[in-house]
Amino acid sequence: MSTYILKRFLQLIPVFLGATLLVYFLVFSLPGDPIVALFGDKPVNEAVAAKLRAQYHLDQPFWMQYLLYLKSIFTFDLGQDFSGRPIAAVLGEVFPVTARLAIMALIFEAVFGIVFGLIAGLRKGKFFDATVLVASLIVIGIPIFVLGFLLQFTIGVQLGWAKPTVSSAATVQDLILPAIVLGLGSFAYVLRLTRTSVIENMNADYVRTATAKGLSRFQVVRVHILRNSLIPVITFLGADLGALMGGAIVTEGIFNVPGVGNRLYRAVLSGEGPTVVSIVTVLVLIYCLSNLLVDLLYGWLDPRIRYDS
Amino acid sequence: MSTSVDFQEAEYATERPLLEIKDLAIGFTTSNGEVNAVRNARLTVMPGETVAIVGESGSGKSTTALAAIGLLPGNGRVAAGQILFDGEDISNASEKRMIELRGNSIGMVPQDPMSNLNPVWKIGDQVRETLKANGLPSGPDDVAKVLSQAGLPDAGSRAKQYPHEFSGGMRQRALIAIGLACQPRLLIADEPTSALDVTVQRQILDHLDKMTTELGTAVLLITHDLGLAAERADQVVVMYRGQVVESGPSLELLQNPQHPYTQRLVASAPSLASRRIQAAKELGVETDDMLAPSETGVVEPAKSDDVLQIQNLRKVFKLRSGLGKSTDFTAVDDVSFSVKRGTTTAIVGESGSGKSTVAQMVLNLLTPTSGKIIFDGVDTSTLNSKEIFAFRRRVQPIFQDPYGSLDPMYNIFRTIEEPLRTHKIGDKASREKKVRELLDQVALPQSTMQRYPNELSGGQRQRVAIARALALDPEVIICDEAVSALDVLVQAQVLNLLAELQSRLGLTYLFITHDLAVVRQIADHVCVMEKGKLVETGSTDDVFESPQQDYTRALLNAIPGAGLMLPPEVEVA
Repeated sequence: MSTYILKRFLQLIPVFLGATLLVYFLVFSLPGDPIVALFGDKPVNEAVAAKLRAQYHLDQPFWMQYLLYLKSIFTFDLGQDFSGRPIAAVLGEVFPVTARLAIMALIFEAVFGIVFGLIAGLRKGKFFDATVLVASLIVIGIPIFVLGFLLQFTIGVQLGWAKPTVSSAATVQDLILPAIVLGLGSFAYVLRLTRTSVIENMNADYVRTATAKGLSRFQVVRVHILRNSLIPVITFLGADLGALMGGAIVTEGIFNVPGVGNRLYRAVLSGEGPTVVSIVTVLVLIYCLSNLLVDLLYGWLDPRIRYDS
Repeated sequence: MSTSVDFQEAEYATERPLLEIKDLAIGFTTSNGEVNAVRNARLTVMPGETVAIVGESGSGKSTTALAAIGLLPGNGRVAAGQILFDGEDISNASEKRMIELRGNSIGMVPQDPMSNLNPVWKIGDQVRETLKANGLPSGPDDVAKVLSQAGLPDAGSRAKQYPHEFSGGMRQRALIAIGLACQPRLLIADEPTSALDVTVQRQILDHLDKMTTELGTAVLLITHDLGLAAERADQVVVMYRGQVVESGPSLELLQNPQHPYTQRLVASAPSLASRRIQAAKELGVETDDMLAPSETGVVEPAKSDDVLQIQNLRKVFKLRSGLGKSTDFTAVDDVSFSVKRGTTTAIVGESGSGKSTVAQMVLNLLTPTSGKIIFDGVDTSTLNSKEIFAFRRRVQPIFQDPYGSLDPMYNIFRTIEEPLRTHKIGDKASREKKVRELLDQVALPQSTMQRYPNELSGGQRQRVAIARALALDPEVIICDEAVSALDVLVQAQVLNLLAELQSRLGLTYLFITHDLAVVRQIADHVCVMEKGKLVETGSTDDVFESPQQDYTRALLNAIPGAGLMLPPEVEVA
């Protein structure tokens, strides 16, 4: 097992280098001069512009800029963004907010998706099952920005059950509504995945054998149907954590959440190469690590899967 | 306890039946309305007695047994009749009552050891929950005790393993342990060994016999093998198309079957047929008419050369074991034999013996690691791609699974015509004529041409597979477990068809099988394989009459029905 984990960590190195290089190149290729854009409508002061270019290494060729950036990473000094704040501090500010949001969304979709999916699967073809299936189709069909505005307006503004926007502190209460919006799409998938998986397992021979042992229906469902059905669901949830972290741009925009998505969006618009690359790199690493976690979980849930032999 | 019980006991005078099924009808709701899978079923199991239900697939034998433990599939229900367990009608009992009965009063050993254990729980956990659910002590020692009673060696540490770390036989022992863990009064054993190798089958059944005798458990044994039923059960109940057609004491029923279906079953069960041949030999009775018709030696005596010679054949597979390492696994080890033209040679062995690997190498689907396969005087390894194409025309396979080996998207005409088209034989009209002839040869109506595999039964599909193999007029046909998936009566028909085709067309068969009973009926020569090695070879008579090796003897003894005293011939109406 430890060799397997070590191997997976070593694989992170090329992924890290490749991701940073690619993102750096994309930002470098953006049209327009970010320094000129900083002056806004005011006339450009050439001396100041040249000084700024030198400060952000924008006067260097692409390879030099990239290598200087790598050096800054390994010396734990990520430099400053265009407003003069250390990038490391910016990351430390936005990532906890988005992590909180993503984990809340994940808990929401896992708990409700699995519970609803299990009940629907056990009552296949009945009223509850049909209703939930149609509802999940509707949720999958409506784009997230429509759902977001809809819930913000009805629940947040009209009914006043939750805050329509998020304060700069981004507390757990603030994030409830955005987390539900963020998790809704995946909730529908988790529900359907659980349902299909439960139906498949319900007819498995070992479930019949378990019933023949004299177990109660509840025990059969909990021990034999639920755990076996969760294997594909957990895989999906793990992979989804990475997607939720990076994919919160729209939701964060609607609810004005001071998180990764918002900051990344602004950095892309203003062409702040180092900020964009830093944020994206952390996202890539989170994605890789959550996938590794899924693979380890998978082996734990299904003993037939072993990574050593 | 109550007066009604006293009255019943008085009525039966002796003992009350443990299980009594009276006029049972079971219906299934399908999209085409209600289908009756079982009608008017009746049977009685006395305490401590073993009763076998025999029948082919779809006869309703499993459905009847599952109804007795309240495990009918969701769309099935008891439509009429009674299931009396110890005097109590449980045919419409509440789920709560059934949960009370399951495990400690009625246990079950299911059919397929591969799919009946939950793969994500340790064996011990799966035994423990059985004990716990029925209120018995369930500590590690209790679990180990239950497992070791079922014949699992080293039970304490085995309990900590997962099902995939167990062999098929060990899994079945674990399932028997689970079924008998709470010492139920009735055990329902649904084809408990049909997924296992014959020698393992015998050990497991012997052990099950011993355990149920010690515990005084009554057994309801479901099987498709009449020989096995007669050997293991006191009473046999024969089911056919949802109805009980005959029942009675095993030997009586076997020696004097009344119903035409039972008579056919007795006549064609391979295990019984091979026993009869054995018995007849010992009495010195002429047995030719008991064997499937085979007179090729007479028809074409001029061509009795070795059409196939296998010399020192070896196949080594590389198994991955960790990072970039691999270990060698020798599947076939130094195997040599030859096959005479127009005869049937059987390769017998249990799973993992390498018999199918030999077949695949002879078919040129796998390349041997070393050794030679000489077909009609030519070493097949020297053939170029064009010559291999021609070789394929002369050597054709029939595989085990008639469901998997026919393309579901091809109709039967296209399936049989395909080899002709591939080898560019004839034009459209002549090919169609050929397909019609082939269907005639395998006794299928020509209207079958427009149908699809899913519209045919297993036996019909296997006939299609035979027709396809015959399409190119091959000289050698490799039958890899070609009849193992078929019900006994269908199996007998297909074996007869193969024998008839052999005598008519002078075909040579290489017959790969695990079933010695079938070998006894059709083969001229036998090669016995064990763990990749050829352990014994000779004419079928020699091998069956005086086996030289312990392994061959073990295989022969494992044919069900060994202890039965059968008359050499059974009158068949």
